[in-house]
Amino acid sequence: MSEQDGRITGAQSLVRSLENAGVTDIFGIPGGAILPAYDPLMDSTRIRHVLVRHEQGAGHAAQGYAAASGRVGVCMATSGPGATNLVTPLADAHMDSVPMVAITGQVGASMIGTDAFQEADIRGITMPITKHNFLVTDPAEIPRTVAEAFHIASTGRPGPVLVDVAKSALQAMTDFAWPTELQLPGYRPITKPHSKQIREAARVILEASRPVLYVGGGVIRSGAHRELRRLAEFTGIPVVTTLMARGAFPDSHPQHLGMPGMHGTVAAVAGLQRSDLIISLGARFDDRVTGNLDSFAPHALVVHADIDPAEIGKNRHADVPIVGDAKEVLVDLLALLEAEAEAGRTGDYEQWIEFVAGVKKRYPLGYDRPADGTLAPQYVIERLGAIAGPEAIYASGVGQHQMWAAQFVSYENPNTWINSGGLGTMGYAVPAAMGAKVAMPGSTVWAVDGDGCFQMTNQELATCAINDIPIKVAVINNESLGMVRQWQTLFYNERYSNTHLDSKRIPDFVKLAEAYGCVGLACDSEADVDATIEKAMAIDDRPVVVDFRVHRDAMVWPMVAAGTSNDEIKYARDLAPKFDEDDL
Amino acid sequence: MSKHTLSVLVENKPGVLARVAALFSRRGFNIDSLAVGPTEHPEVSRMTIVVNVEDLPLEQVTKQLNKLVEVIKIVELEGRGSVRRELLLVKVRADVETRGQVLDAVQLFKARVVDVAPDAVTIEVTGNSEKLADFMRVIEPFGIRELVQSGMVAIGRGSRSITERSSRPTTVPVPVPAAAG
Repeated sequence: MSEQDGRITGAQSLVRSLENAGVTDIFGIPGGAILPAYDPLMDSTRIRHVLVRHEQGAGHAAQGYAAASGRVGVCMATSGPGATNLVTPLADAHMDSVPMVAITGQVGASMIGTDAFQEADIRGITMPITKHNFLVTDPAEIPRTVAEAFHIASTGRPGPVLVDVAKSALQAMTDFAWPTELQLPGYRPITKPHSKQIREAARVILEASRPVLYVGGGVIRSGAHRELRRLAEFTGIPVVTTLMARGAFPDSHPQHLGMPGMHGTVAAVAGLQRSDLIISLGARFDDRVTGNLDSFAPHALVVHADIDPAEIGKNRHADVPIVGDAKEVLVDLLALLEAEAEAGRTGDYEQWIEFVAGVKKRYPLGYDRPADGTLAPQYVIERLGAIAGPEAIYASGVGQHQMWAAQFVSYENPNTWINSGGLGTMGYAVPAAMGAKVAMPGSTVWAVDGDGCFQMTNQELATCAINDIPIKVAVINNESLGMVRQWQTLFYNERYSNTHLDSKRIPDFVKLAEAYGCVGLACDSEADVDATIEKAMAIDDRPVVVDFRVHRDAMVWPMVAAGTSNDEIKYARDLAPKFDEDDL
Repeated sequence: MSKHTLSVLVENKPGVLARVAALFSRRGFNIDSLAVGPTEHPEVSRMTIVVNVEDLPLEQVTKQLNKLVEVIKIVELEGRGSVRRELLLVKVRADVETRGQVLDAVQLFKARVVDVAPDAVTIEVTGNSEKLADFMRVIEPFGIRELVQSGMVAIGRGSRSITERSSRPTTVPVPVPAAAG
C-alpha cells in the first residue's frame, strides 16, 4: 500500500491519526473487519501493539495504562464478538472516569444492518456505557473522528470513547488531513470554578466547626494531589479518601482518617457522619460511601465540587455547588483562604481534630489471626505493601482482597492504586496490571487478585510472558468467592450456595503460572510470607504468580451492611464502635 | 409530578435521537411526547420533549442530557411564555346524515377536512393539547375510524431566538500530544 499523490488508505489514515494523537501503545486483537488497519500498524515505528489473548484483557489493559500514567489508554478489536468483548471494560471505564479510546472494526458500510457475519451494532450497544462513540463510514472522516475521540476521552470528566470504523472505510482511498481545530458545539467542559461559589465555599469553611475533606477519584484524575495536600495542611481539616482516591493523600499523613464507606475505617465513617461540613472534591456520594442516604452525615452542609455538573446534587443536596476541575478549585480556594487568614480569619477546628484523632487511635484497622494457625489474607497484603513499598503500583480485582488491598497497603502516591470501583469487575487485576506495567515499565506492578477473579482473566499471563511485561500477581487464594461468602455468612445463615471454588485443589496455580511462562510460587504460612514476596520482587525477567493459600473464613471489617446507616458500622462482627458519647 | 416542555437543540447527526431516547429510559423517565425536526440551521435539529417529572429529577435529566456530546442546548419552555402546537389527523365516520354535523364541528374548531369518502371524512386539526382534547370530545360520538397525533412542538414568545448563539460552531484547537515526535 504505497502512498501515491498523497492518497492513502483509510487504514493508513487511521494509523497515522493514532500516531498524531500521541498513541504509543495499543492493546488489541485483529479480526476480519479490523484487518486492514493491522497491516499499516505493522509498519508503525511509533506505536507498539500488544497482542492480548482476549479483548476484555485489551480493554482492562488500556484502563490500567491510563490509570497508572494519566495518558489515554487505547485498545483495538474487530467487529461483532471482538467489539462486544470490550463492553465490560468500556462500562468499567465509564463508571470510573478512565480516559480510554477503543477502536473497533465494523462490517463494510453496505453490509451494515444486514446481520452480516460478525456484525454487531456496537455503537448502539455502547451508547449508555461510553462518554461518546462514533461510527465512521467515510474514510475522510477518520482523522477528525480520532482527534475528537481523544479530545473527548481526555478532557472534562474523562471517560471511554469508542470509534467504530467500517471495513469499507479502512479499505477505501482517502486524503489525510489532521484537523487543526475540532467542532464540538455541544461539548464545553467547565474547568474554571465560579469565583462567587469559591467565596461561598470559603465562607462556610471558616464558619464550620467540624469540616471534613471528602476526596474522590476526581482528585487523582485531575492530578490535584499536591494542591489537596496544601489546602489540607493549611486548614488542618481532616481528610478521607474514597476507594477511587486511595493515594490522593498520603496514608501516613496525620490528618488522613482513611477510606470511608462500607468497608471504611471507623474514623473516616465517623468523620463524615459527625461533620457539620463536607467538602467534596471529585467524589460522587456513591451508595458504598453514604450507606443509607437519608441518615448520611445528617448535620453536614455540603460543598460539592465536581467537573461534571450532573454529579452535583444527584444523590445529596449541595449547599454550595462548584463546577470545576479539582485542581483549579483547590488552587482558588486555597488562595482565598490564605487571604482570609492574612486578614485574621481562620477556622477553629481544634476540638473536632482532637475528636477524629481519638476515634482513629481507638479504632485502627486490624484483623485477627486465624486460630488454627493458617495464613491471614490481611497479613499477606500488609506485608506485600510493606515490602513492595509506596512506589510500587497495585492493581486489584474485586472482592475481599480488593478491600484488604485498599485497607492494608499504605498508599503515599496517586496513580499507584488501580481498581474497578464503580462497576466492580471481577477479573480486572491481571490485565490492568499488564497495562500499568506497559505504561510505567520502571515501576514494580503487583496485581493483588482473588482466586475467583484470577480465573476470569489469567490468560493475559501469556501476553505478559511473551511481551516482556513482568508483572507480579499475588493470588489471595481462599478457594472461595470470598465477598459473596462473607455475605452468606452474615446474611444467609451460613448457607454457602455456589461460592466454594476449590481452587486450592484445582487448578494448580503454580503449574498454571509455569505453563504460561511465568514463575510460580506458593506460600501457606506466615513464616514464609516475607521470603516469598522478596523472592518475587527479585525476579524481573518474567511475570511471577504467588499462590497465597489463606484462611477461608477471614472477613472484611469494618462493615456497614448494604442499605443501612453509616451509624450502624460494625468494627468487627457484633462489635459496634462508640464514637457518639464524646464531647463534641 | 408536573409536565415540563424541553426544547433540545442537537447536532443533526445519525443516532442522536436514539441517544436522547435511551437516556430518558435509562434514567427512568417517561417521555409524554417527542417531536424532532430541522431548524433554520441545517446542522442543528430541534427536539421538543414533554416529560412528566418533579423539579429535582428534571434538573438531573437536563444535566444528563447536557452531557451528551451532540446536545448543544436545552431550554425549558414555560407555559405562558411559549406557543405550543400539536397536529391531529382523524378519520371520522360521516355519511349523508351526519356529515353536516361533523362539518359544523370542523368549522367551530377551525379545523380542516383534508379527505372525503362516501362514509367518512379525514380532518386535520392543530392546536394545544386542550383544544385537541375538546375537539375529540365533540367528534368522538360520530365514530373514530383512525387517529394519528404528532408530538408537541413549541416556541418561545417574543423576538428572542434560542437557536441564534448556539448554532455558531464552537471550535477547539487540537492539542499537540506530548508523546508525539
